[in-house]
Amino acid sequence: MKTVIDNYIRKEMFPNIWCPGCGNGIVLGAIIRAIDELKWDKNKIVAVSGIGCSSRITGYVDFCTMNTTHGRALPFATGIKMANHDLKVIVVMGDGDCSAIGGNHFIHAARRNIDLTAIVINNMIYGMTGGQYSPLTPTDKFGSTAPYGNIDQSFDLVELAITAGASYVARGTVYNPRQSTSLIKRALNKKGFSVVEVISDCPVSYGKMNKMKSPVDMLKWIKDIAVSKKVWEGLSPDEKKGKYAIGEFLSKDRPDYSELYEEIIKKAQKMGGNE
Amino acid sequence: MNQKKISEVYQNNSVKISVRREWCKSCGICIEFCPKDVLVPDDQGKPIPENIDACIKCGLCELRCPDFAITVEGVDKKDE
Ligand SMILES: Cc1ncc(C[n+]2csc(CCOP(=O)(O)OP(=O)(O)O)c2C)c(N)n1
Ligand code: SF4
Ligand code: SF4
Ligand code: SF4
Ligand SMILES: [Mg+2]
Repeated sequence: MKTVIDNYIRKEMFPNIWCPGCGNGIVLGAIIRAIDELKWDKNKIVAVSGIGCSSRITGYVDFCTMNTTHGRALPFATGIKMANHDLKVIVVMGDGDCSAIGGNHFIHAARRNIDLTAIVINNMIYGMTGGQYSPLTPTDKFGSTAPYGNIDQSFDLVELAITAGASYVARGTVYNPRQSTSLIKRALNKKGFSVVEVISDCPVSYGKMNKMKSPVDMLKWIKDIAVSKKVWEGLSPDEKKGKYAIGEFLSKDRPDYSELYEEIIKKAQKMGGNE
Repeated sequence: MNQKKISEVYQNNSVKISVRREWCKSCGICIEFCPKDVLVPDDQGKPIPENIDACIKCGLCELRCPDFAITVEGVDKKDE
């Protein structure tokens, strides 16, 4: 058996390390299928991740890869992009990675419109470290650090990214792999900071504490909470509670950071007489 | 059937379903969400396309498999 996936993975690393039914593998498949549709040269792609179960993705793809430190994938990726504007840089982060320890990097990468694609695997929990709640854990859900229920209000990552200045913002789920693949493809094609949040399942750390022990239970739940943008718009504020709109929310054009950086260098050279 | 086989191929004259048994973790996702109930679990929880004739080649089992362990291909009818 040979599939399109096989052209992009480090086969000797499989079976992957993730728990049975973990959504990370579904997102990995969506990323690879999107890249295959774009026919990009593997050697021009750099995949960067931080620390977390989701960040293990960079160990499985046969691109140039970099596994960095928790929360800091975006700064490393920014450095790569600034050093070589021709590289296609993809950043894969967990919800904790992106919105807790890496939250500041996230808003500033969006604000500066750095030409990167950020894929945020939102399993709504710190999966790797045993189920601590994250800024994306829904209110009232349980975590090992919220044994009586989470009292925090969670970020809406889509709204956060739009407000901070991203060029492309979308949300998919692992239950809808075709839609997620096409959203990722559109994000990769976008110049500027593009974000795709993919709602994912962690049956072990999240499911166990929230009465969804099996991957199948978790996917049924995800199917239930995710509604199309159109349906979402017709819901009352009460009906929206606990639900997530999925689809594309923003696609706009504004100069990206590499472009502005090159312009300012030219300007400086001119003014300094070094043209 | 031989449970030790690394990969199993099942086909009729319009579709070919392959299961990479070595990579499958028996999560049950492909089996549960197949719209046509094509797949049934074996004694290890790995999918067997017992109702392969009902398969509509939607490919969802392949796209939702977290372990790249199941693929669906349309068989080239010229080979029949
Ligand atoms: C600086 C630092 N702080 C804390 C940790 C411990 N740590 C490792 S992964 C992680 C969170 C993982 O959650 P998430 O980013 O959502 O990824 P997931 O495992 O859920 O995919 C934490 C807190 C660390 N590795 N480094
Ligand atoms: S702990 Fe959760 S996120 Fe980590 S591999 Fe297991 S299921 Fe996936
Ligand atoms: S391709 Fe669709 S119908 Fe066929 S086995 Fe897979 S999920 Fe079922
Ligand atoms: S979805 Fe994949 S890993 Fe899960 S049971 Fe089916 S073939 Fe096995
Ligand atoms: Mg997480």
